[in-house]
Amino acid sequence: MRAFTQHKGIVAPMDRSNVDTDMIIPKQFLKSIKRTGFGPNLFDELRYLDEGKPDQDCSQRPINPDFMLNQERYKSSSILLARRNFGCGSSREHAPWALDDFGFRVVIAPSYADIFYNNCFKNGLLPIVLEEEIVDQLFRETEAESGYELSVDLEAKTVTTPSGQSFSFEVDDFRRHCLLNGLDDIGVTLEDADTIRAYEDARRSSAPWLFNAGN
Amino acid sequence: MAGKTLYDKLWDDHLVKQRDDGSALIYIDRQLLHEVTSPQAFEGLRLAGRKPWRIDANLATPDHNVPTTDRDKGIDGIVDPVSRTQVETLDKNCDEFGILEFKIKDQRQGIVHVIGPEQGATLPGMSIVCGDSHTSTHGAFGCLAHGIGTSEVEHVLATQCLVQKKMKNMLVKVNGKLGPGVTGKDVVLAIIGKIGTAGGTGYAIEFGGEAIRGLSMEGRMTICNMSIEAGARVGMVAVDDTTIDYVKGRPFSPKGETWDKAVAYWRTLHSDDDAEFDKVVELDGSAIQPQVSWGTSPEMVVGVDGNVPDPEQEDDPIKREGIVRALKYMGLAPNQKITDIKLDRVFIGSCTNSRIEDLREAAAVVKGRKVAASLKQAMVVPGSGLVKAQAEQEGLDKVFVEAGLEWRDPGCSMCLAMNADKLGQGEHCASTSNRNFEGRQGFGGRTHLVSPAMAAAAAVTGHFVDVRDLLN
Repeated sequence: MRAFTQHKGIVAPMDRSNVDTDMIIPKQFLKSIKRTGFGPNLFDELRYLDEGKPDQDCSQRPINPDFMLNQERYKSSSILLARRNFGCGSSREHAPWALDDFGFRVVIAPSYADIFYNNCFKNGLLPIVLEEEIVDQLFRETEAESGYELSVDLEAKTVTTPSGQSFSFEVDDFRRHCLLNGLDDIGVTLEDADTIRAYEDARRSSAPWLFNAGN
Repeated sequence: MAGKTLYDKLWDDHLVKQRDDGSALIYIDRQLLHEVTSPQAFEGLRLAGRKPWRIDANLATPDHNVPTTDRDKGIDGIVDPVSRTQVETLDKNCDEFGILEFKIKDQRQGIVHVIGPEQGATLPGMSIVCGDSHTSTHGAFGCLAHGIGTSEVEHVLATQCLVQKKMKNMLVKVNGKLGPGVTGKDVVLAIIGKIGTAGGTGYAIEFGGEAIRGLSMEGRMTICNMSIEAGARVGMVAVDDTTIDYVKGRPFSPKGETWDKAVAYWRTLHSDDDAEFDKVVELDGSAIQPQVSWGTSPEMVVGVDGNVPDPEQEDDPIKREGIVRALKYMGLAPNQKITDIKLDRVFIGSCTNSRIEDLREAAAVVKGRKVAASLKQAMVVPGSGLVKAQAEQEGLDKVFVEAGLEWRDPGCSMCLAMNADKLGQGEHCASTSNRNFEGRQGFGGRTHLVSPAMAAAAAVTGHFVDVRDLLN
């Protein structure tokens, strides 16, 4: 996995609450058997005026000029600023894959849905939780100034504005450790293979019905 | 010291290792696989040169992409080549790794969350994962069931463990008895309406109280299924006689002495009387009306006798903005009566409501009636081949067809419209599924979440109606 230590980038404002994973990447694009190539269909139904289809050349589609990612100032953004309960709904990991493929490295919101939050960390994408008032302030500053950038430091757990104002955020130690070092967490778990095997053997004798393969 | 909650017990029983950094390794007894969220996980295994840890812990079936007509054609019946590739990829992966799969033409094929319980592959006390957020369904059996992403599917395939941090405990207690015509679907929609779509975030929810105890396993599965719509990855109901009776005699269920031993353990799967919850929410079950969602989030729901809300009455600016946006998308006016909403299509199916009891409830309403002429389509999609066979044995298929509903083959179908079943732009649908998000059932489609009985009532009248008026 790609490591995440620090990032500085342009902020794009996604100003609505309860953005669900169907909105982040609609179902017709989930038919792909790859992990990449979802970027052009990120927020497909908001970004384009027509109904998107897999394997389409998105540069030929009618775009929705009102959607923020279609505005010149946000086209090269890499930090998504969002509202409450971002990423709710389906467990599809295609949602962080699409954000990543577009070029986002950080999401900032007051809260996230659990599965989406977890999926981000598996893909080198950092979801940051900041208080609603701070998020409000960042929305105001982003909209007021074209090219508005934030600096994120995962080691220090801070988000810093262009004026030097700094906000701390919390993140679980194990998630931070994996992200900072770009660790393959399957490899980390397999270091405990003997412990897993011992647990399994004990369960096989105490609860044999859990190991019934059916008939 | 306080007693343990059901979640505490399930957690402790599956804890392989508590790590110093606060994370834990949880052993997974069963992984269910389907075609959409598994191909990249199998590919990851291959790239890293890893093998599945325990092949017999896995059970697979294609469900999201499968067509609901012409099942006898098998994979050739999938018209969309991209969908077909995904189903073929699941077949190939399962064949290569030796994983049991109910393929498209197998009568045991169906929606993963229907076939697990149906086969007894879901047993009380198990830890269960699937790359699908509605895996919480299996919590109805006193299971620790998580929806996971594809990286975690790969992690579980490779290690049989999930890296987790323990969640907080929430009890949702539904007191009293449900009224006639009020179902598990109405209960869970009322719960989501009360606590909101993020109300359960960070919690494992246990559903308890007299109304929950009085429900069948089908009703409990419907409730646990939609835990995720309240933000909770995990929803559970304690084990009781209803659970044990359901599990008995199924293909994967234990038999003989092992059965007795299992039952003795399963009987311990309830929260202790002195268990402490981080949060308790109570509802009066007898006051719950048949529910209808009006907006684009499952929390945007109201009783059938209610009205669409007026954004002017909402104080929270973010919520107000959400209501305005939802009304615009749904083509509804503030204060409009729910029973005045006209429908274009009706969908009865999905992992929420496609089990035999759901179909019986719908059939009881449409029996001797006809689908309203104003509807473009009303369809019934059973949750599995075995549910379909059972319904046909009971003659339910004839009831539906005589009333003018389409009787389809099993799959996820119009719940998320990954196959050919979808809404057209601007169409209103009474749907027994779980999500009313924008575009969920088709580009520009407008979903109203209801129970099977309410969907059936809407089918025969062309608009929403209190199903209790038809049952009297």
